[in-house]
Amino acid sequence: MDSVLAMSALAAGIAVLTCAGAGIGQGYATGKATEAIARQPEARGSIMSTLLIGAAVAETTAIYGFIIAILLLFANPLIK
Amino acid sequence: MDFTNHKMAPLFTINGRTVYMTQSIFGTWVVMGILIAFTIFVRIYMRRKHFQDVPKTGSLQNVLELAVESMHNMAASNAGKDLDWLGGYFFGVFAYILLCNYAPLLKLRPPTADIATTIPLALNTFLLIHVLGLVRRKGEYLKDFVKPVFLFLPIHIIGELARPLSLSFRLFGNILGGMIMMDLLYISLPIFLRIALPDAIHLYLDVFVGALQAFIFSVLSMTFIRERASLEEE
Repeated sequence: MDSVLAMSALAAGIAVLTCAGAGIGQGYATGKATEAIARQPEARGSIMSTLLIGAAVAETTAIYGFIIAILLLFANPLIK
Repeated sequence: MDFTNHKMAPLFTINGRTVYMTQSIFGTWVVMGILIAFTIFVRIYMRRKHFQDVPKTGSLQNVLELAVESMHNMAASNAGKDLDWLGGYFFGVFAYILLCNYAPLLKLRPPTADIATTIPLALNTFLLIHVLGLVRRKGEYLKDFVKPVFLFLPIHIIGELARPLSLSFRLFGNILGGMIMMDLLYISLPIFLRIALPDAIHLYLDVFVGALQAFIFSVLSMTFIRERASLEEE
């Protein structure tokens, strides 16, 4: 039982590593948006809202990993 | 550490099973009460005496008209000009999610940190997408599922089912994560530091992320509806 709990904690730690991918994606999107605003400052409003939506979509994978970590820590299905 | 949704009081019993009022139900009621009280107040206040044809700058009527009009413009630009009447519905969704996300400022558990609040909201969007698509575009809507060949039907169906799932989990995960981080901070700080220091983090995790998630939920819903239901040519 204890080893299952310990392994679950490790698995939760590995599951939140998905945030690395989301971070890279959001950074890349923000860099491109900055380039776009520098090239066309008058389109700032629409670029910003598109960036926010894109960042939220990129964040989804990180949220999935986070939810799996939360499940493993607080609602573990492996422990009766 | 305990981040579960505590039971507060028993409400009623069905078939021997008691339904409890949980923290998130209490929070939902508080948010509903605030919204209903505000709408009734506006309805009575705006009736005769205070209504102006051209509202003064900074008056309540001016602010309300700005809010309604910006939501209407958001619907027109995201859901299509022919679907701009969705602005009313999404104004309600936006206000509800915003107040739910701001519930921690009143020391309540945010109702959106409960998967039972976010899945119905996402299912509403799911219904809107497909009912509006079927009613407005009929054959064209069904043809979208078998593009480019019939073999792609299962992929399209999985894609459609993933939308409400990702919408609900995005809102739920963001708010739950913020709530857990705030709770951990409050637990780890000594009592004399709990007065001013957490406010800066409240400002980011509750005020900024809350408003951003409410905005993203409504805008993404409108974009999905446009994809399936708008008659407007691109």
